Amino acid sequence: MSRLRATFVAPSAMVMILLFFVPLLIVFVYSLLTRGPYGGVMKPWTIESYIRVFDPLYGEILWRSVWIALLSTGLCLLLGFPLALYIARSSTHKTLLLNLVVLPFWTSFLIRTYAWMFLLRDTGLINSGLEAMHVIRQPLPLLFNTGAVILGLVYGYVPFMVLPLYATLEKLDPVLLDAAEDLGASPWVAVLRVVVPLAKPGMIAGSLLVFIPCLGAYLTPDLMGGGKTVMVGNLVQNQFTTGRDWPFGAAVSLLLMILVVIVIQALGRRGEDLI
Amino acid sequence: MKSGLNRFLAVYATAGYLFLYVPLAVLAIFSFNDSKIAVWRDFTLGWYAGVLHNRALLDATMNSLTIAAVATIVSTVIGTLAGYALWKKRSPLLTSSFYLSLLTPEIVTGISLLAFFEWIFRFLHVQLGMHTVILAHIGFSLAYVAIVILARLRIFDRTLEEAGLDLGATEWQVFQRITLPLLLPGIVAAALLCFTISFDDYVITSLVAGVNSETLPMVIYAMARRGVSPEVNALSVIVTGALGVLILLAGRLEHRTPGMERRS
Amino acid sequence: MGEWFQAREPHCASIVFQKVDTVLELRALTKHYLTHPAVNGISISVARGEFFALVGPSGCGKTTTLRLIGGFEEPTSGEILLDGRQVAGTPPYQRDVSTVFQNYALFPHLTVAENIAFGLERRNHIAKSEIRAKVQQSLSLVQLSGKETRKPHQISGGERQRVALARSLILEPKVLLLDEPLSALDPKLRKQMRSELKSLQRRVGIAFLFVTHDQEEALSLSDRMAVMNQGSLEQVGTPRELYRQPSSRFVAEFLGGVNWVNGAGVRPEAVRISRERPGNHVHWIGGVVEACTFLGNCLHVETRLANDTRCTAEVAQNGFEFVPGDTVYIWWNTADELRIGNGA
Repeated sequence: MSRLRATFVAPSAMVMILLFFVPLLIVFVYSLLTRGPYGGVMKPWTIESYIRVFDPLYGEILWRSVWIALLSTGLCLLLGFPLALYIARSSTHKTLLLNLVVLPFWTSFLIRTYAWMFLLRDTGLINSGLEAMHVIRQPLPLLFNTGAVILGLVYGYVPFMVLPLYATLEKLDPVLLDAAEDLGASPWVAVLRVVVPLAKPGMIAGSLLVFIPCLGAYLTPDLMGGGKTVMVGNLVQNQFTTGRDWPFGAAVSLLLMILVVIVIQALGRRGEDLI
Repeated sequence: MKSGLNRFLAVYATAGYLFLYVPLAVLAIFSFNDSKIAVWRDFTLGWYAGVLHNRALLDATMNSLTIAAVATIVSTVIGTLAGYALWKKRSPLLTSSFYLSLLTPEIVTGISLLAFFEWIFRFLHVQLGMHTVILAHIGFSLAYVAIVILARLRIFDRTLEEAGLDLGATEWQVFQRITLPLLLPGIVAAALLCFTISFDDYVITSLVAGVNSETLPMVIYAMARRGVSPEVNALSVIVTGALGVLILLAGRLEHRTPGMERRS
Repeated sequence: MGEWFQAREPHCASIVFQKVDTVLELRALTKHYLTHPAVNGISISVARGEFFALVGPSGCGKTTTLRLIGGFEEPTSGEILLDGRQVAGTPPYQRDVSTVFQNYALFPHLTVAENIAFGLERRNHIAKSEIRAKVQQSLSLVQLSGKETRKPHQISGGERQRVALARSLILEPKVLLLDEPLSALDPKLRKQMRSELKSLQRRVGIAFLFVTHDQEEALSLSDRMAVMNQGSLEQVGTPRELYRQPSSRFVAEFLGGVNWVNGAGVRPEAVRISRERPGNHVHWIGGVVEACTFLGNCLHVETRLANDTRCTAEVAQNGFEFVPGDTVYIWWNTADELRIGNGA
């Protein structure tokens, strides 16, 4: 088997090395170099980029990314848990209900973001509607703010929360709820004391799957935040395009990677068990 | 009462589904609106006609389809082989690099590939273009395929392979004649996932794309930034509809696979 | 029509019983699923401290009856009286009954002690120290002291059952409902737990309503029992009454083997068999041995009688052997004949 197996593994290993690890290594090397005059990098070697990351200006962006990601994850949990519980407890159409949650995930992320922009813009449906009904004179500033970014993130990633939650809730024996009620717990208390603790693995997996892409989000803050709510992803993109400071962008990227790895490790599981 | 909780969940779930679908429904409805602003005036198919006559859009669509098709074929083939090999014998190194790749923020993947290509170009006289986009897409979609295949194989009955070997087939024959056919629905699912992710990607693509490799998401992004245009609505409906049909067709293929057993 | 009459009969008996000290009474309890009746006009009363078994084949409605009493299902019609108070419509968490579920339904994330304390913690105004003391007390009642920090998956099946019992008994319910509590155990343990269950019930003095499909369990455990069939009550009485004077052919056959010879029902153990023709003081029937099975403590002799009916005799292991083809004589005491109540 070993030869067949080696043949099977080789192409993937090569792709992963060439298109994943080597690029990351280059980013690491770049992060230790000086910015070139027209973009790109040049010697001398320095750790200046890493020091700059802790500049209050950038620290603020980092902190904002973390709390936006945390808040979005919390909201996804708040929205996703009852939804997953409802699907898991419904007697019929379970698959259909679950597919309805997952389906938007299969359509374009960009289009889903655009759909909200269409609703929230100054000339969007909500504002035009309210103006037509003479509720407001000036359009409400619904888009291009932090709230809109969080809305976009929750909308985009809530399926990632519902799927693992559903998987754990569906395995839960409904008789446990009967037992809790039999012992004097009201349905609400039963959910709190029995369902929630038993759904913990799903909650952790779902939170991880939502938090990580939210932390590194680029498109949502870019489109829904309109450049006003800058997150780490935007900072990185900026350094590699208009900012033309590749070493700094590289240093921020690596920091973001390290954050991701720390989060995964902190939740004490190997990625393998999660998905 | 039990019904109190149930009623709450039903109301909550209804609100959740509305939250998920109302924006998309509104988007679709206004693709038929004969007005540039978001106030209903009259029914029209004009925006659809506009989309179909937009040269740049059609070119971008062709680019996206080409990129997604090539990346899907390559990733599905080598990802399936890797998933199978990992199922036969675990390799924590390769498996965790797949997971790490899945969890790496897109923007980091994008800039690292950009840096990588720029570095390569010092030695080769090439530029960013379709080839770099395709390579990038293979790079990030491979992990999805391998993980989906691996998950599918976890419920595959190992004794089927053993029976094949017992009856005198070589390992290659067993793979080709027994495992591969039974794994086909999983491979289709993986390919579909790969295709939609590739077709939809904006962040990585926009960083590694060159002059003649503008993709559909890049066009949609540019239009969305510029402002409201019902043409984008029409385009969204077409893209979503096409992807929907694709998923439905793949769903047809996804019958319960014989040989797959539920994990206890 | 016959069913209706049978359903009424135990109800009349229960009125007499109520004066004794009824803790639970079901009156014409009915549960329909769509149009199909799962429980059809059941009337039973259970006395304080009584061990009552509800027995019947699977799908007869016994578990549904239990779930109606527990509050997990709402009856279509009829009444459930607990200590004379109507409880139909009261949610499970406000009913003073408790259920031991078939697979025990222990909370997997809680320890043995936390499982047992769960119900007390739901009640207001009980001091932590009091809960702790009561948990210790009930742990020793079911002989689980020392296992309080284990999780349900770390203890044996028999121990799990005892946790489930302790978890319910600590709440001192008026009636403990047990849904096939022994079926999840392996056969050897089942017999042992039977006697433990009985002695536990005697010690705590709480009425047990025990649902089982195993007639032997019901006969050996209960003070009184009820046989259900297709949602209706067939008969209520002591195990002895039901076994010896079944009201219907169904009850007779459900509770044990019956030979139907010339219109009379006889239990196999009451059948006498001999190779020699007995004297004329008994009314014997001749037959031929078809098969003889050795069962350890007894022999099962299957015979075909002259009138072509079959008859099985269960005879003590006393050196006799029967070989297929043997000519034998069969008889029994008239007193051992089953008297089918309604002539079913």
